[in-house]
This record gives sequence, C-alpha cells and structure tokens, in this order.
Amino acid sequence: MSEMQDYKSRVSDPASRKFETFSYLPQMTTEQIRKQIEYIVKKGWNPGLEHTEPEHLMDNYWYMWKLPMFGETNVDVVLQEAEACRKANPNNHIRLLAYDNYKQSQGTNMVIFRGKTV
Amino acid sequence: MAVKSYNAGVKEYRQTYWEPEYKVQDTDILACFKITPQAGVSREEIAAAVAAESSTGTWTTVWTDLLTDLDHYKGRAYRIEDVPGDDTCFYAFVAYPIDLFEEGSVVNVFTSLVGNVFGFKALRALRLEDVRFPIAYVKTCGGPPQGIQMERDILNKYGRPLLGCTIKPKLGLSAKNYGRAVYECLRGGLDLTKDDENINSQPFMRWRARFDFVQEATLKAERETGERKGHYLNVTAPTPEEMYKRAEYAKEIGAPIIMHDYLTGGFCANTGLANWCRDNGMLLHIHRAMHAVIDRNPHHGIHFRVLAKALRLSGGDHLHSGTVVGKLEGDRAPTLGFVDLMRDSFIKEDRARGIFFDQDWGSMPGVFPVASGGIHVWHMPALVNIFGDDACLQFGGGTLGHPWGNAAGAAANRVALEACVEARNSGRELEKEGKDILTKAAASSPELKIAMETWKEIKFEFDTVDKLDVAHK
Repeated sequence: MSEMQDYKSRVSDPASRKFETFSYLPQMTTEQIRKQIEYIVKKGWNPGLEHTEPEHLMDNYWYMWKLPMFGETNVDVVLQEAEACRKANPNNHIRLLAYDNYKQSQGTNMVIFRGKTV
Repeated sequence: MAVKSYNAGVKEYRQTYWEPEYKVQDTDILACFKITPQAGVSREEIAAAVAAESSTGTWTTVWTDLLTDLDHYKGRAYRIEDVPGDDTCFYAFVAYPIDLFEEGSVVNVFTSLVGNVFGFKALRALRLEDVRFPIAYVKTCGGPPQGIQMERDILNKYGRPLLGCTIKPKLGLSAKNYGRAVYECLRGGLDLTKDDENINSQPFMRWRARFDFVQEATLKAERETGERKGHYLNVTAPTPEEMYKRAEYAKEIGAPIIMHDYLTGGFCANTGLANWCRDNGMLLHIHRAMHAVIDRNPHHGIHFRVLAKALRLSGGDHLHSGTVVGKLEGDRAPTLGFVDLMRDSFIKEDRARGIFFDQDWGSMPGVFPVASGGIHVWHMPALVNIFGDDACLQFGGGTLGHPWGNAAGAAANRVALEACVEARNSGRELEKEGKDILTKAAASSPELKIAMETWKEIKFEFDTVDKLDVAHK
C-alpha cells in the first residue's frame, strides 16, 4: 500500500473550488464534450450555455450565453457556441446545461471549460 | 323502502363481502392481500372475511348495520388468484370505497387495511402485497415537502445521483468529533452526510450540540469547495413537541435538510413533520428502521412497496430503498418496481416487478430512493446503472473506511461516480465495462486507486429471503 497522502484542499486556495457534476474528473477533451452534447441531444433536452467569474461560482444565476438552443440537434453548432462563449469570456467558468421541459428542470449541467482560478 | 330485516346470529362473510361481479370504481382504494388460510376454509369465505374485517364488518350481525347503507361503505373481495409457485396461499383483491377513509390520512388508511384483520384466527398468515391509491385520494395528501426536482434546484445537483454517507461509529462520538467526520466527508466531495438513525439525543451527544458543530462543518465545506452541501439532522424524538423543537432549531441555524424515522416515529409524526418542512422550505430525509420486521416475511406483514407508497403520501424527499448490490436484502426486479413507485408519476401494473396495480400519482412530487448499506467504489457502475440519476447513493464504510481518511474516501467515491456517469452518457455499458472505467478514472485519482485496492471486488451474495412469487421451473 502506498504512503498516506494529505488531502490538498484549502479555503484560501481558489483552485480548491469545485463546480458540481464532473468537476472531480480532469477537464474534458473536445471529443468528450462532444459525447456529452450527443447525450443531451439524444435525450431530447435543450442545450444551453452559461458562464461566470470564478469568484461568483456559487450563485444560482450565471450569465446566460445568448438563449438556450431550443430544438438544436446539431452537435457541431453547440460546440461552436461553446467555443464562441469561451473566446468572449476566457477567464470564466463555462457550463453546458440541458433543459428538460417535461421535468421543468435541468437534465444535466456540467462545467466544460474551467476559468482562471488564481 | 326498508327491505332488510334484522336476523341476529353469525352469517357467512361471503354472503355480504364476496362480489366477484363487482366493477371496480376509479375512486376505490384497492388492495391485494396474500392470504395463507387455516385448513378447511374456502378461499371465497376467507377473502370475504378479510374484506369485512378490514372495513365495516364484525364477527356477528348487529342491528345497527341497518342504520346505514352498508353497500356504500363495505369493502368487497372481488377477485382471487393463485400465487405462482406457492400452493399454501392465494391472492385476494379487495376494493374499499373512498368514503371509508379520512382525507389525507395515511394513518387512517392503514388502521383499517392492516388493523385487527392481521390477527384474525381463520388466517395462518396475511400479507398486504400492494395498494392502489386512487388519484382522488392522492390529491388529499401533501406528499414530499419538496420533491426530486426542487431538491435538485435547492442543492444545485444535476445529471447525476447525489452522493452521501452515514457518519460512523453510529453511537458514541462527541458532538465536536462528529462534526469533524462530517466536515472531512463534505470537503472531500460528498454532497450530503447523514445522522445514523440511532442518533437522536443521547447523553454522549445531545442534539443541539451536534446541530451546531455539524452546521459549522457544512458551511466550511461549502466555502472550501464552492458546492452546496447538507447533513441530515435527525429530528426523530420521543414526542412530537420535541421533534418540532429540533426541526425549528435546524432551520434557525440554516441547515437545508432534516431527517425522520417514519416507522418508529409513526405516520402521524411523519405527516406533521412533512407539512412543517413544506411550510419552512426544508428537505426531509426518511429512514425506515423497523421495516424489515414488517416487510421481510413473504407470507405475513406488509410488502415494502406499500410502505414506500405510504411514505410518498405522508411526505418525505428521500427514502431508503435498498441497494440490490450491498449487504442488505433486495432482489433487483422488485426493488426497481418500488423505486419507480417512489419516483414516477404513473406506474403501470407489472407483475414481473411485483406491481399489482396501475398507480397514478398525478402531480405529486417524487421521492429520491436512497441506496445505502455495504456499498463501495466497486459497486458504483452497477448502482449508477440500476438507479439512474434520481437516487442518492450512500457509502458509509465505503467512505470512512478509506485508508487515508474520510476526505480521501469521499473523493474516491465522487470520482468513481462521475466517471461512471460520464461513461454512461458517452454510451458505454457500465456493468460490462465497469472495471475499465474505474481503472482509467483512478489513473488521475490516487484516492480512488487506493480505494479500489482496499476493497477489491467484494460482493455480498446471500440468497434473498423475500423473493418475487414466480412459478416453479
């Protein structure tokens, strides 16, 4: 058994912040993000994008990037919008969410680009 | 006018309570009983007796029967079926008019359905297998204080199961040490931690001190991780007054969720507490101590699917439902059956999953099933596959038993959970490829790697005592 490790997480270190679903996995590659968008589309959910300054991570309401992409099933279009959002807000966390209008909630929600944390 | 006359004496139940031609009303409460009769009693007579004893009847004719319209109030046995694979018993279906029951009272319904009738001498054993609550009755009950969707919005958790842990040892920690265990779990990546059901307010840790330390732990973990956290503060108490006092204090210090044991605490206390939670914007976690006493014997008692329906009506946002894969009893098909009864809005009759009736919940919110007991990272692929996103997975020993401590144990579980969800969304088959998915995730998580080495692929494989009734092969 390998040597015991300290758990490196500090209130004083912004890099210790997490952001819910998938934030304990390494940053997703474009290919992985594509797969998640495919999943959202296959579920019949409406994809959307939101972003925030990392220090306001815990707010419910992040800035909406344009409007949710109602009825959009083209994965490339969603990816392009995500890239455009990132280009315009390079320091911000950007999350991909999926509105499920039958459950009147979000089917999923994940940060796909991680902003500057220091 | 008066066509009935009074004849004192005992008459056969079947003359009044067996009506095979009865057309079931949409507003009737329907029950399916599994009856094991004493030798020499006909099925129809005993089914009628069960209908009578659980509704208007008594053992002898009484003159006051003639002061009311029994046809409006009596329960009726309307169908009898063989139990597949078991000749010692049979199913009897009973319809109860909705006016037999007080509105919004799970207490009243169960006082009738599982009251004196269970001690009836003509029965060797009796089990309530399922109950159909008509939408008309469902609408009179409060149900879950918040429900699955509201809880997701409150806790900001989407697209994955919630992750929790029961703090151990279950008894004996001081409040401050207990808060430490909570803090470590939450900072490591759990969403929720839980008071053990036995923790109420014992001399070693009074409730108020526990609430204070746990809330500090929760708030610090939130600041540290940037995520919403909670700890189920158990307000189960000796009296309703004491229960509400604890609930009020939990709210006062800003805790998002409290907890209650609905069977030992009772339906009356539970329904009241659920109403209080709805009024006060609190989430309510429900434990089910004592359920196995009631639901485990396949011939006697109440099946858990009925207890689960009772809880959904009485009110609760989480309910323990077994894991299928852990240390506690639970076959896969019936577990999935009552998990759907807890979460979905309409559930079709499906005997293969032990569901005897269509059940329409209308707009009543769903309850999160909680899978807890004897599970660890190796179970994660199966758990995500079995329960899907709308569940709360609780790893007690599987978090606290990590060789590097609670935070590392929590992180290991969180990484395993997210890796499984990510893989499932990407179209991979979790139970087939589980080992590969976890191994790959462990490459970037030393905490998960050690957890996988610690527990290896342990399984609990005892035979299930309460199986679905299926024909012998």
